[in-house]
Amino acid sequence: MTSLTKKLALAAAVAATPLMAATTASAEGEKYILVSHAPDSDSWWNTIKNGIALAGEQMGVDVEYRNPPSGDLADMARIIEQATASGPNGIITTLADYDVLSGPIKSAVDSGVDVIIMNTGSPDQAREVGALMYVGQPEYDAGYAAGLRAKGDGVGSFLCVNHYIVQPSSQERCQGFADGLGVELGTQMIDAGQDPAEIKNRVLAYLSANPDTDAVLTLGPTSADPTILALEENGMAGDIYFGTFDLGGEIVKGIKAGVIQWGIDQQPFLQAYLPVVVMTNYHRYGVLPGNNINSGPGFVTADGLEKIEMFAGEYR
Amino acid sequence: MSNAPTETAVDERVKSRSRFREALIRPELGGMVGTVAVFTFFLLFAFDSGMFNSQGMMNWSIVSAQFMIIAVGACLLMISGEFDLSVGSMIGFTGMMIAIFSVTLGWPVWLAILTTFALAVSIGALNGFIVIRTGLPSFIVTLAFWFILRGFAIFLPQVIERKTIIGGIKDVAEGDWLAFLFGGKILTGVFQWLGDAGLIATFTRGTREGQPVVDGIPMLIVWAIGLIIFGHVLLTKTKFGNWIYASGGDAEAARNSGVPVNKVKILMFMFTAFCATVFATCQVMEFGSAAADRGLLKEFEAIIAVVIGGALLTGGYGSVLGAALGALIFGVVQQGLFFLNVEPSLFRVFMGVILLGAVILNTYIRRIITGER
Repeated sequence: MTSLTKKLALAAAVAATPLMAATTASAEGEKYILVSHAPDSDSWWNTIKNGIALAGEQMGVDVEYRNPPSGDLADMARIIEQATASGPNGIITTLADYDVLSGPIKSAVDSGVDVIIMNTGSPDQAREVGALMYVGQPEYDAGYAAGLRAKGDGVGSFLCVNHYIVQPSSQERCQGFADGLGVELGTQMIDAGQDPAEIKNRVLAYLSANPDTDAVLTLGPTSADPTILALEENGMAGDIYFGTFDLGGEIVKGIKAGVIQWGIDQQPFLQAYLPVVVMTNYHRYGVLPGNNINSGPGFVTADGLEKIEMFAGEYR
Repeated sequence: MSNAPTETAVDERVKSRSRFREALIRPELGGMVGTVAVFTFFLLFAFDSGMFNSQGMMNWSIVSAQFMIIAVGACLLMISGEFDLSVGSMIGFTGMMIAIFSVTLGWPVWLAILTTFALAVSIGALNGFIVIRTGLPSFIVTLAFWFILRGFAIFLPQVIERKTIIGGIKDVAEGDWLAFLFGGKILTGVFQWLGDAGLIATFTRGTREGQPVVDGIPMLIVWAIGLIIFGHVLLTKTKFGNWIYASGGDAEAARNSGVPVNKVKILMFMFTAFCATVFATCQVMEFGSAAADRGLLKEFEAIIAVVIGGALLTGGYGSVLGAALGALIFGVVQQGLFFLNVEPSLFRVFMGVILLGAVILNTYIRRIITGER
């Protein structure tokens, strides 16, 4: 009994320590909260976390990162409402689903919190909810540009490995790519799931059932890393045309090794960093850029990989 | 529970207990202690973080109410000795069906909602029927439906609309009487008055300038309270409530004494599905869209709330009030951690620690008081 009491007390102390640290660490200066739609398991958002942390440090403001643990957008709406209730100077958020998120975002704007839409969404939607601006890469356009590029390289059919099937912007990327190629998307997009082993095996299964596939398109490190392994396993690595959205450690290695032709860098660092800088200067000096900011798309190929390699997964 | 006057002959089969002891051995005791502890903690550490202003309170109240709705169903089912792991998938599936019926097929929203409820309750009955007929653990049967329903929630919109989010429900639900019952807000006048009187904050700019930041009690919360009252009365004041306890305590003994165990269990599966559909309908009506990933992990959150509330996983013991308090604790802690500005990657660690702590505490309190081993 006493040992249990001790254990409980210890557990309480351990649990409370970060709470204390967190509550006392609030410095002076503006407070900005970034809300993303990404589940905890999505490693790509690490760059975003590093980006706002660096911006917070350089500008001398408080920054926080929030996300729905399972990626449920309805939970994300609650987090935006919660962020509003905690009274920050500004909220930086993705607009992953206009129907779900526009209400809470408008409420934030109307209660005096400035909002910048980053990453997912569109300039039009950002204007409609009353946000200051949109910072990101228009997804359909990026997919379309990639499709045109692949068409120029002689691609006629492809496999889109979609690891986030419930996210509309993922589908826009695949749809844009198909339209850029001038082919029907049809069954060329597979729901790959989030688990690396499952993704790898679904890619293997698709490619053995459709050996004539010209190209593979992956939508980020979550689907690209297992796809690289799959292609190495079935011997298609370096032979099949392989393009991917977003960068990561393995993707950069793949580009260097010639397995991946190009990666589309939407430069997430800028999507997190710039809104903090823009809002801080807006709140301090009243200056605001007059337009939306396109952080991408930029095609990364085997040329000039050094800096990317050095900072991949951290700032790139 | 009857307080018969002492003059009447005391039935020697009924063990007498002091009122104090009677109060202590209630299943919801742990939940009550936890609720007080949680509120004390957040009042001390998060008082000026916005958690206890009108917006903040509405925020965690809505989240708690969501948990309560599914916890009431899960609680009654668990007391009757069964599990339902398909709750989260049911939420995604039913939300999607409402969207498909009303937006894609163009049915009136009330018809879409009623049809979806009928469909969901039938699936609940099917769950129960399979469990009873095969004698398989409900864990496995409902796990199968966890996959099946989630699969349909992704497949149907993909095939019909070529996307996994169907929007535009707000437009078609405009002015629909049944839609209001799930997505509307009541007491808006009271909140406007509170806002005008300066008791709660108002919007300072935009088209809603001057309106209060909290403009009414969402029907979600009304549903939660209604379901809790219904479940509590059903469980503690009716013969059927005793049957639920008996079915979960010892199904064979209950059967021998004439309790329709199969009927009770199937009805509880149907009620759980009903609660999940209430959750989904409220969500769809509020947000105006249905998505294939809605309700992820909600089955576990429902079970966690019920267990924090003092119910036994093995059935036969528990209370609806306890489950409601469990849901309140879970909702307040979950949102409160955001207000406290805790490192978000540690979020799951905290939830796990709290769950473990609550269950251990509940078990010890029960053992100490009831003297059981």
